[in-house]
Amino acid sequence: MTEDAVRLRGLRKSFGDHEVLKGINLAAAQGEVVSILGSSGSGKSTMLRCINLLEIPTAGEVWVGNERIELVTDKKGISRPADPKKVQAIRARVSMVFQSFNLWSHKTVLENVVEAPIHVQKRDRAEVMEEARALLDKVGIADKHDFYPSHLSGGQQQRAAIARALAMHPDVLLFDEPTSALDPELVGEVLRVMRALADEGRTMLVVTHEMSFARDVSNRVVFLHQGVIDCEGAPQDLFNGGGSERFAQFASS
Amino acid sequence: MDFPFLLETARTLSSGIPLTLVLAVLSVSLGIVLAVLLASMRLWGPRWLSLFARAYVFVFRGTPLLVQMFLIYYGLGQFEAVRHSFLWPVLREPFWCAILSLSLNTGAYGSEIVRGAFLAVPFGQIEAAKACGMSTTLAFRRILLPQAVRLALPAYGTELILLVKATSLTSIITLMEITGVAARLISETYRVVEVFVVAGALYLAINFVLTRIVAFAEHRLTAHLRARPATRGVAAGDAEAEDVVISGERA
Repeated sequence: MTEDAVRLRGLRKSFGDHEVLKGINLAAAQGEVVSILGSSGSGKSTMLRCINLLEIPTAGEVWVGNERIELVTDKKGISRPADPKKVQAIRARVSMVFQSFNLWSHKTVLENVVEAPIHVQKRDRAEVMEEARALLDKVGIADKHDFYPSHLSGGQQQRAAIARALAMHPDVLLFDEPTSALDPELVGEVLRVMRALADEGRTMLVVTHEMSFARDVSNRVVFLHQGVIDCEGAPQDLFNGGGSERFAQFASS
Repeated sequence: MDFPFLLETARTLSSGIPLTLVLAVLSVSLGIVLAVLLASMRLWGPRWLSLFARAYVFVFRGTPLLVQMFLIYYGLGQFEAVRHSFLWPVLREPFWCAILSLSLNTGAYGSEIVRGAFLAVPFGQIEAAKACGMSTTLAFRRILLPQAVRLALPAYGTELILLVKATSLTSIITLMEITGVAARLISETYRVVEVFVVAGALYLAINFVLTRIVAFAEHRLTAHLRARPATRGVAAGDAEAEDVVISGERA
């Protein structure tokens, strides 16, 4: 049995007195596509952001591959990673695609894609450039390589952000509501790219409201409610009445 | 109008231009470093550093530059400790007192501009940098600072102009920059109007050039904020693509 790509154990996260995650156990196998569903405020984005430590868990374990991120608690009771260098190394292996794209606005599309491979991973510039062009071709915006993000549509920006994420050769791809900021007619082009990535066998954790993606593309659906996993399973089971009552209600609304 | 005299005055006052420029350039350079430091302390420093930065800005913005200059030029020498310190050879020179007071002053104003610029960089872009595994310093250097520079430039341009004009105050602590030379010329000729008109024109000329330089820099650095032209001659992705300034002018 191969090790899990991502594993969360007893994950808890509080913001002040408000506990957002109340003990999450979740594992994603290599090559698995996991859709994370839940109404707003259920903690699904927070959970995803704990995986690459954009949020620091209050308690629990985060494993990426066979590496565990050690947390220490300081005198004030605030937890933080024991080793920031290790956090950076793990982040470089886990790429994230954001709801609002978050492309660097002072860099062209191509520069956005090559930035981290060159400056974080210290890879060969020429090689990275060549690969970046291939990635832009793959997501269908090769002709836009010298555009600035502000000169692109939302769908194009998000596809550029996906190319930027792929350029890191990540073990895991995290998608945080990747189509929620898009006009309805632009959603399809982004979902097509994501579907192609799933077909390639990439490990993906996708927080989404796109039921069709959850149902048709993912191997597993996880439904969060008020900071706990309410139900999970294969999409064909869950969407055919195999989930909780609450999930049935959520899926039909 | 006595044109020969005006011309002669212009020639005489021109001898003060190099010193005016040196004062301005040196103070601006030191002031920018100070401004970035103060803004960083205020935004990300521990509480005591943040409070120090606030107090510093309050004092240096709230008191006249001339008073600060006098305090540094006449005041520092009053202290035995200063006179016996290794800094004295520098601090007894009016030139360095002028540089010190101008830099400390412009640093205070500049820090507020820089702070605003840092705050205006979208947080999501910093988060994206972190998510790519960038260290804090790398994200600062590659993402935050380049964008803050672009955001700060228009307001900083004004601060630069103010500083060029503020160098005229150094004539009071004996520096013979443009205004200093003008004052001497007036005491020789008693022709106040002509001399000061020429002096004013020289400052105007310097600031005109300065304005053009800032506008040029702004244009170069803000291609991403303009509407995209229909065609482009320069292909990105060449050897220069890494630089902050990218692919030069557009049509």
